[in-house]
Amino acid sequence: MKRRNFIRTAGLGAGALMLPSYLLGDTISAEALLAPGMDVAIKKRLADVALNTAKSLGASYADARIGRYLNQYVFTREDKVQNVVNTESFGIGVRVIANGTWGFASTNKVTEDGIKKATQQAVAIAKANSKIQKVPVKLAPVKSYGEVSWKTPIKKDFKEVPVSEKVDLLLSANGAAMENGANFVNSALFMVNEQKYFASTEGSYIDQDVHRIWPTFGVTAIDRSAGKFKSRQALSAPMGLGYEYMDGLDSEKIAGPAGLIGYRNSYDIIEDATAAAKQAKERLTAKSVEAGKYDLVLDPNHLGLTIHESVGHPLELDRVLGYEANYAGTSFATLDKWKSGNFKYGSDIVNLVADKTYPGSLGAVGYDDEGVKTKQWDLVRNGVLKNYQAIRDQVHMIDQNESHGCCYSQSWNDVQFQRMPNVSLEPGKEKYSVHDMIKDVEKGIYIAGRGSYSIDQQRYNFQFGGTVFYEIKNGEIVGMLDDVAYQSNTQEFWNSCAKICDKDDYRIFGSFFDGKGQPSQVSAVSHGSSTTRFNGVNVINTGRTI
Amino acid sequence: MAIYTKEEAKQIMEKALSFSTADTCTINLGGSESGNIRYARNTVSTSGHRSNQNMSVQVSYGKKSGIATIDEFDDESLKKVVKRAEELAKLSPENPEFMEPLGPQSYDESVTYSEATANIKPEYRAQVAASSIEPAAAKDVTSAGFLNDSSGFSAMMNSKGLFAYNKSTNASFTVTMRTNDGTGSGWVTRDVNDINKFDPVEASNVAIDKAIMSREAKAIEPGKYTVILEPAASIGLLQNMFGSFNARTADEGRSFMSKEGGGTKLGEKIVDERINVWSDPLHPDVPTATWNGAGQPLKKMKWVENGVVKNLAYSRYWAKEKGVEPVPFISNGIMEGGDASLEDLIKSTKKGILVTRLWYIRGVDPQTLLYTGLTRDGTFYIENGKIKHPVKNFRFNESPIIMLNNLEELGQQVRINGNLIPYMKVRDFTFTSLSDAV
Repeated sequence: MKRRNFIRTAGLGAGALMLPSYLLGDTISAEALLAPGMDVAIKKRLADVALNTAKSLGASYADARIGRYLNQYVFTREDKVQNVVNTESFGIGVRVIANGTWGFASTNKVTEDGIKKATQQAVAIAKANSKIQKVPVKLAPVKSYGEVSWKTPIKKDFKEVPVSEKVDLLLSANGAAMENGANFVNSALFMVNEQKYFASTEGSYIDQDVHRIWPTFGVTAIDRSAGKFKSRQALSAPMGLGYEYMDGLDSEKIAGPAGLIGYRNSYDIIEDATAAAKQAKERLTAKSVEAGKYDLVLDPNHLGLTIHESVGHPLELDRVLGYEANYAGTSFATLDKWKSGNFKYGSDIVNLVADKTYPGSLGAVGYDDEGVKTKQWDLVRNGVLKNYQAIRDQVHMIDQNESHGCCYSQSWNDVQFQRMPNVSLEPGKEKYSVHDMIKDVEKGIYIAGRGSYSIDQQRYNFQFGGTVFYEIKNGEIVGMLDDVAYQSNTQEFWNSCAKICDKDDYRIFGSFFDGKGQPSQVSAVSHGSSTTRFNGVNVINTGRTI
Repeated sequence: MAIYTKEEAKQIMEKALSFSTADTCTINLGGSESGNIRYARNTVSTSGHRSNQNMSVQVSYGKKSGIATIDEFDDESLKKVVKRAEELAKLSPENPEFMEPLGPQSYDESVTYSEATANIKPEYRAQVAASSIEPAAAKDVTSAGFLNDSSGFSAMMNSKGLFAYNKSTNASFTVTMRTNDGTGSGWVTRDVNDINKFDPVEASNVAIDKAIMSREAKAIEPGKYTVILEPAASIGLLQNMFGSFNARTADEGRSFMSKEGGGTKLGEKIVDERINVWSDPLHPDVPTATWNGAGQPLKKMKWVENGVVKNLAYSRYWAKEKGVEPVPFISNGIMEGGDASLEDLIKSTKKGILVTRLWYIRGVDPQTLLYTGLTRDGTFYIENGKIKHPVKNFRFNESPIIMLNNLEELGQQVRINGNLIPYMKVRDFTFTSLSDAV
């Protein structure tokens, strides 16, 4: 629930300065983003202070994360700049196991003295909590990697691109929307650089430089006389890329039905804003859907969120076990279903994989936040549930001895825990285009973009909207629809998966501010898929007269 | 020590202000101490403590402004943060919506602080967890809960002579109780400024009872039902409705509050005439600070009177554009209730559904304020004035406007998420599908 508040606060129209200061850190100038961080040799020395202090106090394990988190957010509406925010947050988090119990403390005093104090506090917390701990923490073994590093392979560092260039681009996109019939447009650019150093008593010293970017906008068209307004959101995706994502390369565009354009690793915000304005206007007079069963052809920019909610979350092991029962909920995908070895999550063509490695994705890193080298693994293969998402202290609960490498913390100031890796639907093996998905549909709807989304606490029943909807009749798109939402049950829905486009249509979608935990932490995650068809899904009409 | 007294805060802010040479300068200073405990599977999973202090300095030259923040307040740091804000302001583009800071204001004394809450120790949090875990375990139930308490201050001062200060404490508690056979789930939430008003044993028992009562729920057909909504069920929809009381989006034509043909619904009847909503920062049960982030004094303000929209919020900029007085945004929602207890409402219901909570609420259509979401943690069928049996959870698609037009009866008020909301009975609430979730 917190995620929505977070996005609303951080999002279009509001200033990012309302975000909690402990998450963003101090506001600085754009130039200061370019200042070099602490030298890696000094980080190693300081991290060793934490590890040695922890060991001397009786900890059986310790890790230290020295993090410098840089953010730049730009907000505009119509022809105005609303806000440009640059922030820096720097500190260290120390996590220990003492008496078989976790303890964590953090400080922004990244000095020998500050680190010693934080480590002492972490050990004291572990020892205090061990009195009520029933089962000691058990860690899966991990390799000692020595001194290693990893960087997001970016082509353009956002920090080196002048703010004026970013502002100009957003204002140009806004201008394009206004010229094409929009009454209002808000746009924003979120850019993040995590400079993370990890060290643990397992003997790893890992230096990582992680980049993410998210351009987005919302366009609104209004008919005052009818008292109606409709919006259309950007069809961009947040990505694990540098500023090169904004280049708008033709080679990365995929032509979709009804003139829609899909974007792979390069986004053309002006082109998308132009289309958005026209489509928002068209929505004002679009036909209201007739409720009933439809075959749904779902664009990757829409299907990503459905994957996120109906596959990503229910297969988080901590949810399955009940650790998130009081917040996000538990899961229908219980251990007995997994153990049976034949639980049909989806139809035979459904293959869902988890990874922390896919190039350009939000989840891609070399090592997770507890020093485990990242990888890809199966969650669902040929429709059957195969595995969950689990980290070092969890995998023994599912009889495995290797962490999946999906541990993450939003900052040095928060303790790391299991977070969703990228979860993606593998493209189909047969050569199918989007046209092939549509051509044999008698009565269907093509949906692109993210809209309203809601799912129950065990991830059975969901309802999703979208940004644009097109009616399919006898194999052809015949026009725009409105007031569309589909309701289904996770297992029923994935078992209705009938046809998947091949890899040429594959694109990733993402969520920049996924929320989990108490106190809540955000994380960024991608979901890849090709356009996919689901047969006979229940569609409701969401129009009301008041 | 992150909590400064009024005098200490004043001194630091005056010092910072003295370093500024910009046209205007506004300082915000705040600090808090918070602690939490989280438990699941009938054992404590994490506990934490956070101490936080921060100053933001906003300066302006004409319509150009810049903000910088810092968490250390010695003279050098204060000089540095003011200088950084001034540099940022000079570089920033003009903001056409820039408003000069307000001059001196007078504020009521708030009632948001409780010494008892500020003095909470880790032992107390552990005891709260035990208040859930022990009775749960004794009844074959598993608890998962979270308690967070905080005390803090916020202060504001500007170069036009405004000074504001507030000290507050808060504690919020939620616990989910699940029966070990996986067929029942209950939940409760409590939030207070004064921890003496919180009884963790009572709260935990409510959730345990609901978990046990909700076991082996029966499926009934989705459709339109008379519902009794506990305040924890209606608050999500109501808060979304409160959020639409914004003059600017209404004037712009992109809000539920926009009127067909132009103008807004200000002065129009939108819900049943028994609905009255106001905000009041001095209400003893749901107090808030008596000033907001713009330094505006917060006073008691009517939003809905006898079903009619009485006020829309105007930011200072939008009020100037429209030539009206600014109206600060809603601080706490207080909805008038009645005398009926929950039991009374059940007794007077021939056929209906009692809803503990609505969850995962998301907007579907901003035009009609249509929202979707699900019931959770205790949904019961009522027949002839009695709870007959638990029912499976439903997905709903409903607008708070339709809900408040279909009002049957208002019951007693309960504090929920800083608001004061009555139990309410509503007819024809729209459930659109069933969920297997427990």
